[in-house]
Amino acid sequence: MLRIDCPHCGPRAEHEFRWRGDMRVARPAPDAAADDPAWLDHLYWRPALTGEIEELWFHVGGCRQFMVVRRDVNSHAIRAVRPADGRR
Amino acid sequence: MSGWRLDEGGLIDRAQPIAFDWGGRRLRGFAGDSLASALLASGETTIGRSFKLHRPRGLLGAGVEEPGAIVDVGAGAWRLPNLKATQVELYDGLSARAVNAWPSPRVDALGWIGALHRFLPPGFYYKTFKRPDWTWFEPHIRRLAGLGRVPDGPDPDRYAQRFAHVDHLIVGGGITGLMAARTAARAGEQTMLVELEPLWGGWAAGSDWPVEGMPAREWIAATLAELAAAPHIALHNRTTAAGLYDGDLVALDERLSDHLAPGERSGPRRRFWRVRAGRITLASGAFEQPLLFSGNDRPGVMLASAAWRYLHRHAVVPGRRIVVATDNDSGHVVAAALAARGAVPVAVIDSRGMPPGGPGERIAGRVIDTAGTPLRSVAVALADGTTRSIAADALLMSGGWAPVLHLAAQGGAAPVFCAARRCFVLPDGPVALAGMAAGDFDFAPDSKPQPPRDPARAWIDWQNDVTAADIGIAAREGYRSVEHLKRYTTLGMAPDQGKTSNLGGIVTLGAALDRAAGAVGTTRFRPPFDPVPLGALAGAARGALLHPPRQLPAAGLHARYAAVFEDYGGWARPAHYGGDPAAEAEAVLAEARAVRTRIGLFDASPLGKIELRGPDAGRFLDRLYVNTLSTLKVGGCRYALAANDHGIVIDDGVVARLGAEHFVLGTTTGQARAMFAAIEEWLACEWPDLAVLAADVTTSWAVWTVAGREARTLLERLPGTIALVPDAFPHLASREGEIAGVPARVQRVSFTGELSYEIAVPAEAATMLGERLLDLGADLGIRLFGIEALMLLRTEKGFLHVGSDTDGATMPHDVGFGAAMARKQGDFVGRGALALADAQRAGRRQLVGLVPVDGDAPLALGGHVIAAGAPAPGPTLGWVTSSHPSVALPHPVALGLVADGPARIGETVEVWDLGTRRAARIVEPCQFDPAGERMRG
Repeated sequence: MLRIDCPHCGPRAEHEFRWRGDMRVARPAPDAAADDPAWLDHLYWRPALTGEIEELWFHVGGCRQFMVVRRDVNSHAIRAVRPADGRR
Repeated sequence: MSGWRLDEGGLIDRAQPIAFDWGGRRLRGFAGDSLASALLASGETTIGRSFKLHRPRGLLGAGVEEPGAIVDVGAGAWRLPNLKATQVELYDGLSARAVNAWPSPRVDALGWIGALHRFLPPGFYYKTFKRPDWTWFEPHIRRLAGLGRVPDGPDPDRYAQRFAHVDHLIVGGGITGLMAARTAARAGEQTMLVELEPLWGGWAAGSDWPVEGMPAREWIAATLAELAAAPHIALHNRTTAAGLYDGDLVALDERLSDHLAPGERSGPRRRFWRVRAGRITLASGAFEQPLLFSGNDRPGVMLASAAWRYLHRHAVVPGRRIVVATDNDSGHVVAAALAARGAVPVAVIDSRGMPPGGPGERIAGRVIDTAGTPLRSVAVALADGTTRSIAADALLMSGGWAPVLHLAAQGGAAPVFCAARRCFVLPDGPVALAGMAAGDFDFAPDSKPQPPRDPARAWIDWQNDVTAADIGIAAREGYRSVEHLKRYTTLGMAPDQGKTSNLGGIVTLGAALDRAAGAVGTTRFRPPFDPVPLGALAGAARGALLHPPRQLPAAGLHARYAAVFEDYGGWARPAHYGGDPAAEAEAVLAEARAVRTRIGLFDASPLGKIELRGPDAGRFLDRLYVNTLSTLKVGGCRYALAANDHGIVIDDGVVARLGAEHFVLGTTTGQARAMFAAIEEWLACEWPDLAVLAADVTTSWAVWTVAGREARTLLERLPGTIALVPDAFPHLASREGEIAGVPARVQRVSFTGELSYEIAVPAEAATMLGERLLDLGADLGIRLFGIEALMLLRTEKGFLHVGSDTDGATMPHDVGFGAAMARKQGDFVGRGALALADAQRAGRRQLVGLVPVDGDAPLALGGHVIAAGAPAPGPTLGWVTSSHPSVALPHPVALGLVADGPARIGETVEVWDLGTRRAARIVEPCQFDPAGERMRG
């Protein structure tokens, strides 16, 4: 069970959090055209990377804030946690 | 072997004799015995049978490492299968039997299989029983090989779980662990010290071994007293550190009552701990390893360290004629200890050369064979090349030591081979190792071990019957990776998990491949270190506590009206009333009829309620829902449909506007929490520029739905501040005020198709309002109705139920929202996906109504819709998603998802279900009062 250092609550066990996906493919802006090919990337294109990636986590059983977790998917080691701060 | 008990000594209580049952025979031991030590003292030698070959097995070890003495303890639902006799503490009335042996371990009906071992190499079954089909043979072979019997009923025990956060976790309560804990105590560290055995002191328990100038047993007692007096030290014996997980979480399995007689047990059987520690010290010691020679698996051959432990803990000696064979110094320590207690070995054999003076005959040589079951004699090859035979009933062997580094290695670090000590060690990582676990011992083994004379009779894995020859075969067949070797031969896969066999297997594979053991490496260390009961992992989360349903605020009222409760979306809700589940059909029809003809009352409290406030609330709602909500007038409400970003319908509900910057969202019961989490995420991560605050008030408000032509008449009888006349309060309006003395939010919305008011009041007023409505409506014929009647009524009206009439592929335009989307300007969740080709293709399954052409039985729910006369099973056009009898129409009603459904209205199709076919007409979803005159009335 991972231990995530919530920027608001301090280190907490993984089961307090909900994983909300990786940060790699941004959603097209609200004014993007409905047929913009960026939608396809946003919805379906997920390169299977190894090493460190950034993920969005939701502290659902704590402060209910969102945070960006930099995690090594090989070792599960967490390198950094920062508030999502209004950005995916 | 003829084990016997010394007249004095040991950590047993001779004043407390204990009787127990061993396979139908009554034997005796003392308090402080393990089942293994009591059997050994009673002269039992053959205690189990091996898994594959049914070879007779005695005691090899004395603790968690034991591979041979596997037993079932207890009976019925309380039976505990596959315990190691060495870990079962004796209690009065204990009943145990050997596993995989019938009628007894000494006389096993399947013992003949062992004689065939030369013809049963690794992979034998898979190579031999390929034709006609392995699955034909498998059940028969499984019957031959097997371990304990599962209990006869559900686990009657209780299990507890706890979390702990400490500065320092020390695993292992031997000398090293106790010293580490003493240091931590003096430094003021909050410390947890765990020991898997009942006794503290590890191998030194009960001995006079000098520790800091004191006999060990006195030192252990003094140190424990100091630790017990330190308030910040927690001592837990009978506690196994089972696993190390991500984030250096350690799982502990504490045995609370297994060692007590059933009448003395109370409280939970186990306590499962999840421990986070500032630092972890592993002081788990080392396992002695067997010597590799032909015939090393006979009952009577035992690890020397096990004999040491039986001697000092239980005052039991394993035989009358003891031979000690060793390739390192530790065997001599055991020989001297036995001699000191009057059990002088007849011979001590050292493969490194003539041992120095000591008890018994000193022999330079090595054991090459044994005879007898149980053991009768030992054949020794002497240094001068000659051979001699020594009569013996116990052979104590030491083939070196392997540090118990499992917990540290589970973190992923690769152990390193140390050639001088012939074992794997691990440098400190997140887990620090100490004492023998760190490889801190001086027992350097014979640097030139000889291969066994007959590898097919030289056992490496006692439990799973793997010999040195089997490893040679696997190597020749190309299983060169130790991970492959393990799976092909099943080496180390028995309940003991290779604690006495993995190292021997790796060394043997290295020799076969002409590679150093370090280059072969270890298999991956995985939790658990020792089996953990599934009950301990589950804790209290079983049965009704696995997922307790939420209770309605007026649950007591429903119970008084004999509600039959079922789980809907995590809530216990009335399915119908009347108290008789067998009479559900009639009850549902009567409830639905009351709503259609007079008036009904429904508890809608679990519907999700989310408040939104802020200047951008309208803009946000336009993005959250498929249809437009910012145009809603204050005091109005509107149906709303939500999709996810993949364009899939996920929820629907009614949105009310209470003020210019104040909305209340209704969600379906099952999606209430998910919708609120989604709202938080969109606001926090995607559109932080929108000034909106959201709050989930689902459980703050109870909701009563009053539906039927008498609904207004009833509400006018309640004191209140809300004007109910249709001009002041039309359909799809929302009002705030006071009803029956409590604050109320009332919406005129209808899921039944009747005149309907949804009255939200503070949850604590739910029962009061419900009772008043039932009292005041008695003369109007009011009746409570449950979910099933509601589903019937809304199906007559063709109202969508998200989750029933939609699935993971349903998009808004499949349920009639194409036009609303086409009109919409700007972004909304799902917009991008709805432009993709899959959303635009022909043949999408879309919502329609279905009416059976024949009779009045409802169509089969889930039945496939196929073209008339089409072959079935075959391609399907869709399926029936809701199906009910009708109270308002002369025929049953149904909804379904059908390919290009709206274009097929009027067509006759067939509904195929499990071989039956019925003709059905495709119709508009709404079959009753399509103009909506009743609900607008």
